[in-house]
Amino acid sequence: MTTQNSNSADVSTAQETTHDEVLLSVNNLKMHFPITRGIILQRQVGSIKAVDGITFDLMRGETLGLVGESGCGKSTTGRAILQLYEPTDGAVVFEGQDLTDINSGELRRMRRRMQMIFQDPYASLNPRMTVGSIVGEPLEVHKIGGSRREQQQRVQELLEIVGLNPYFINRYPHEFSGGQRQRIGVARALAVNPSFIVCDEPISALDVSIQAQVINLLEDLQSEMGLTYLFIAHDLSVVRHISDRIAVMYLGKIVELADREVLYENPLHPYTQALLSAVPIPDPQVEKKRQRIILEGDVPSPAEPPTGCNFNTRCPQVMDICRQYEPSFTDVGEGHRVACFLYDEVEALNEAGQPVAVAA
Amino acid sequence: MANLIEVRNLQTQFFTQDGIVHAVNGITYDVAEGETVAIVGESGSGKSVGVMSLIRLIPEPPGKIVNGEVNFDGQDLLKLNEEELRQIRGNRIAMIFQDPMTSLNPVLTIGRQITEALELHLNMNREESRARAIELLELVGIPDAGARLDDYPHQFSGGMRQRVMIAMGLSCNPQLLIADEPTTALDVTIQAQIVDLVTRLQSELGMAIIWITHDLGVVAGLADRVLVMYAGFIVEEGPVDVIYGQPRHPYTLGLLRSIPRLDLGRQKRLIPIEGLPPDLLDPPQSCPFAPRCPFVIDKCLEENPPLMAISAVRSSACWVDLSDVEIYDTSADEQVEAVA
Repeated sequence: MTTQNSNSADVSTAQETTHDEVLLSVNNLKMHFPITRGIILQRQVGSIKAVDGITFDLMRGETLGLVGESGCGKSTTGRAILQLYEPTDGAVVFEGQDLTDINSGELRRMRRRMQMIFQDPYASLNPRMTVGSIVGEPLEVHKIGGSRREQQQRVQELLEIVGLNPYFINRYPHEFSGGQRQRIGVARALAVNPSFIVCDEPISALDVSIQAQVINLLEDLQSEMGLTYLFIAHDLSVVRHISDRIAVMYLGKIVELADREVLYENPLHPYTQALLSAVPIPDPQVEKKRQRIILEGDVPSPAEPPTGCNFNTRCPQVMDICRQYEPSFTDVGEGHRVACFLYDEVEALNEAGQPVAVAA
Repeated sequence: MANLIEVRNLQTQFFTQDGIVHAVNGITYDVAEGETVAIVGESGSGKSVGVMSLIRLIPEPPGKIVNGEVNFDGQDLLKLNEEELRQIRGNRIAMIFQDPMTSLNPVLTIGRQITEALELHLNMNREESRARAIELLELVGIPDAGARLDDYPHQFSGGMRQRVMIAMGLSCNPQLLIADEPTTALDVTIQAQIVDLVTRLQSELGMAIIWITHDLGVVAGLADRVLVMYAGFIVEEGPVDVIYGQPRHPYTLGLLRSIPRLDLGRQKRLIPIEGLPPDLLDPPQSCPFAPRCPFVIDKCLEENPPLMAISAVRSSACWVDLSDVEIYDTSADEQVEAVA
């Protein structure tokens, strides 16, 4: 990375030096929701496999971007990691403790270390509470605020950190704009001094000119407080801007995971290639020259995922083997992992599947 | 190309309990036959209201078109009565709405919803309209169109519903298609399908398109000409290459700077537009962008700049000459924004 800009250069080197400690380790995480029939006697007739076996590590101080289209399970992943849902299977090891395997009291104490920023700043703030009580509530719940006075001071300090006027403490959410509300949500997440924050589409409800304000705020906070982010979004341009590594999800599975630049310069999975080529670029000269990979059809239902590879119904490079077996999530070098038979070494000997370069 | 529609000094306001909302404040533009014009702006910029006013889809009250002319094929649409207007809406000027989930009637089959316009405008009988509906669904790429005609909207996915909306919009061969954020509710891969479809249909059918969006990326690959709106005014207008190559209004510049680009190296830091858009209940007399503008001069606070031609093809509403400003400036200040 070449940066002339002193401030952000400091940030990136600071981040890179701290990226060797695993903060969170997700192993074969599954989140299935039952489909039931009947009103009184409910019986399960199937399940929505929202997240179906995903594995990744998150390093302290890094930002992992989780991208995918609606319904791919990226938000469910975020919630299942924080144990807002009880995962069907798998382990979530955070700071050395398996969150799926501890009692509720311990879990509550762990929640101080991990927080969430929600997508919709209009729905995620209680309209009857003042900003002071919204941001102060976590302090009260975890009994870390001290006296009322100290608590109020802490809240005002937090408001200032996120760029809001501390005198707004007695106002209600409706008195704020969308961007300001999202700042309140950020202040609430920061109240308990977490080390890990799940950002669930934190900017997609905001106007373009306001999005950049919130992205910059999140970046500043990360460099000041050494936060670790799981940044969930569907906007690939934004994810690329903010993330160190990126995981691409499709129908409940991670199909590709790589360093930011590697993923954008050398996407391997056909879905990643299609996704990247579909992102419009705000430059007419570039747009004229681009070749789009237009995927046919829609995402299959997660209640009945196809057999074999999940993507085989839409894949432009589908092979016979894809309809029968599921590709494993293999490392193709330097932490670049992909779940596709085109790159599965054993199969590559038999199949002459050549990766097709994407025109970006 | 001849102008298909000429909008002159269009002004739309909403009379609410809190006062008058100045949604559209005198906009003037033309759309030529077969041309694609994109109207870009953020929520509340008046882009949807401005276009809805053309075919008088503004609820009255509280809304009212207080001033202006809309010349379409020699008639002023704003002077027509309801009956005359109905001959044009859905027939010669069609519209696709943003949200395919809510803009289809859930209790009517897709077939019924498409054939309604055909029977109404083209006086087709049941068999003819059904045959035409199947043809339209095939045109927009819905597989097994004949069977799907009797399905209800909930049986279609979001992208498929938007295709149905497009089929309905195209049913009477409109001369002008108004698309109000047709891809905003869709995923990127589906968005690419729809943009691809609309561009293909336009080259086949030759209609003009007004495409309303907040996404500068979509516009770049789609439009011939761009209008940028802010606080109910057109602040910049011109061919798409020119506007993106060298924006001449600070708001357009700010928009381009505040979005990360997938194809460039990682930008060090995004440059947001500070502050918030003005309250349209009480719009300032000055330039509406002045409080957020990094290039502001005294004149901006005294007089709101009109849209002025700066070359044969483009115009901008700004007193300051931005012709030397680079879009992706590397030496920009690093201020932490203070929102007060």
